[in-house]
Amino acid sequence: MNYFPDEVIEHVFDFVTSNKDRNTISLVCKSWYRIEKFSRQRVFIGNCYAISPERLIGRFPGVKSLTLKGKPHFADFNLVPHDWGGFVYPWIEALARSRVNLEELRMKRMVVTDDALELISRAFVNFKTLVLVSCEGFTTDGLAAIAANCRFLRELDLQENEVEDHRGQWLNCFPESCTSLVSLNFACLKGDINLAALERLVARSPNLKSLKLSRAVPLDTLQKILVRAPQLVDLGVGSFVHDPESETYSKLLTAIEKCKSMRSLSGFLEVAAYCLPAIYPICSSLTSLNLSYAPGIPGSELTKLIRQCRKLQRLWILDCIGDKGLGVVASSCKDLQELRVFPSDPYGVGNAAVTEEGLVAISKGCPKLNSLLYFCQQMTNAALQTVAQNCPNFIRFRLCILDPTKPDSSTDQPLDEGFGAIVQSCKGLRRLSLSGLLTDQVFSFIGKFAEQLEMLSIAFAGNSDKGMLYVLTGCKKIRKLEIRDCPFGNIALLTDVGKYETMRSLWMSSCDVTLGGCKTLAKKMPRLNVEIINENEEMEECIDDRQKVEKMYLYRTLVGPRKDAPEHVWTL
Amino acid sequence: MAMEKAKESPEVDANRGSSLEEITELRLGLPGENRGRTGMKRGFSETVDVDASAVNRDEAKNSPAGSDAREKDEVSGAAKPPAAKAQAVGWPPVKTFRKSAMKSCKYVKVAVDGAPYLRKVDLEAYESYQQLLAALEKLFSCFSICNYASERKIVDPTNGVEYLPTYEDKDGDWMLVGDVPWKMFVESCKRLRFMKSSEATGLGPRTQSVCTSSS
Repeated sequence: MNYFPDEVIEHVFDFVTSNKDRNTISLVCKSWYRIEKFSRQRVFIGNCYAISPERLIGRFPGVKSLTLKGKPHFADFNLVPHDWGGFVYPWIEALARSRVNLEELRMKRMVVTDDALELISRAFVNFKTLVLVSCEGFTTDGLAAIAANCRFLRELDLQENEVEDHRGQWLNCFPESCTSLVSLNFACLKGDINLAALERLVARSPNLKSLKLSRAVPLDTLQKILVRAPQLVDLGVGSFVHDPESETYSKLLTAIEKCKSMRSLSGFLEVAAYCLPAIYPICSSLTSLNLSYAPGIPGSELTKLIRQCRKLQRLWILDCIGDKGLGVVASSCKDLQELRVFPSDPYGVGNAAVTEEGLVAISKGCPKLNSLLYFCQQMTNAALQTVAQNCPNFIRFRLCILDPTKPDSSTDQPLDEGFGAIVQSCKGLRRLSLSGLLTDQVFSFIGKFAEQLEMLSIAFAGNSDKGMLYVLTGCKKIRKLEIRDCPFGNIALLTDVGKYETMRSLWMSSCDVTLGGCKTLAKKMPRLNVEIINENEEMEECIDDRQKVEKMYLYRTLVGPRKDAPEHVWTL
Repeated sequence: MAMEKAKESPEVDANRGSSLEEITELRLGLPGENRGRTGMKRGFSETVDVDASAVNRDEAKNSPAGSDAREKDEVSGAAKPPAAKAQAVGWPPVKTFRKSAMKSCKYVKVAVDGAPYLRKVDLEAYESYQQLLAALEKLFSCFSICNYASERKIVDPTNGVEYLPTYEDKDGDWMLVGDVPWKMFVESCKRLRFMKSSEATGLGPRTQSVCTSSS
């Protein structure tokens, strides 16, 4: 192939879209490395502290689309201090300084300031896509800058961010000339919205396919929007409360019926169950339904709705649907691939409304299921074995029994065999979260069978260092391992330190690892950052190597210890 | 292990309100049962325990299959996870964002004596007792229950049976709806029950008669 001119090879490379494959290509020879280097447009960085922005720019000067991730995953559950880090500004600054022609930026769990957003909006003239997931640190002022300055903006997607809201005037800032929007999601905003500005924006965006509204957008505005944008494919409803006898409601019915392209519904951040019949006409064409933020819909209404959604591939729902309701899902949604059942009361432990019964029903009725997140009251080994048999295609299996050490509810045994069955039969499993009473046995199953496993979350499980060692030695493809409240100590941590260079990160909190153990690891492995997160003031005084570390986060890096860590985060 | 650590941590202790006095205080009841605060309130604490479990049994019988196990847990108490576990930071692993988004609702179960089913209402969705009772009237409308909101009493016109709205507060005591300001009620209410007035005469601090189960 090296007989071809570079342009031809580059053209061939264009058809290789996966980053993994392109990484492989770049290892073939120097010339391929060079061609790949200058033609790579999309870069994914799973840890913003693993590499410096300068190095990224040097390696891929033509980057147009960048994905960056910041805080550890456990930050989602409040286990990482707020001020831990994950700042995006240095990245933006470096990219701007080097005049990178950035068009797309996706960030997850990063601290994004208004300054950063302002700089993005001014530095990259062709900027098109901004996706922020679980980010924080910015206000609607930053969004106003994006709206005002990014002339070619196609996608502004704000998912589950903590945004400080300075009134809803940012929507006003989209210039009249802005007609390029394809996707707009501001469902996470809490403050007022300028409804007139929103309507005008929708009206002049003929390509808008995805629109997700915040709670502050009422049903009558939704009705007007749908009249303007019947081409929508993906709709996030804000408030869905209105008098069903009213004219507005009947207008909404007419508008919804005309949305023939609608495939996905979400939101319903405020909803009256008696308004739900309005969406019945489009249910039969929906492939995705997310009612996991819709509080207070009785199970009976949920099932009435779902009976009509026969093409659903993805369903996110609250556990008020109950086991019976899941039975209805099982008999109605034969194409279901992804199911998430969230607790309707995330504060009340031991209060979930679904059990193994619902999951077994789903596994029987939905053979295509490959992704699961299931918060439940109880589980049994027999149920998990049945599920494993019925659905061998799982790539994501996350089970959360609300009482974290609850045994098999019929036999009082650990759930080792059940999870063992899952890893044994689901050959393609990439992500697994465990809960319930579990011994080291489950980890021996995981190490033996979970060959494709990339991410594993463990809580309140295992008996000894052996448990963790089974995973480290067995799971060849593991990249992210997060562990909390498990009796794994220094032996587990230090037996195979080379392993961590093949992984993105390891999180251990409330385990038996000591400060001395972490120091040893840091000393042996200079290319790892071993961070100790120590929110407990007292520890400053008595630094004893035998002391257990509250939280440890380690990751491979090419830049050495970071300089932006707060005082209570020590890099050893 | 960490769970034990959590038990000892000061904030957990604060939540459980176990000052030395309370720990050493002599109380009637099964070990581990948290009745620490009932002493502050006079009245029907004793009647309540009998009554609460009776309601529980009702619920277990009436509620759709699958939730039975939960009801059993509530009855036995012992099956509940220990407090330290329940309060472990970051468990259950629900995103903080989702938690705060869901915060604005508070669901409680509503039972009506004799009605074969339960309903759930979101207390946060209402702003006053008046609104809540009006909503409840709608919820149970097939029983044609009329609401005399001013009297906080509900009457089934078909047979003239009167119901009193009562609630279980956070201490596990059954109280009359309306006894505290609305906001306090929303915070404290664990579930609602419309008791037949004839059987609810025991309610209220002054009398000692035991409420009998409705079943």
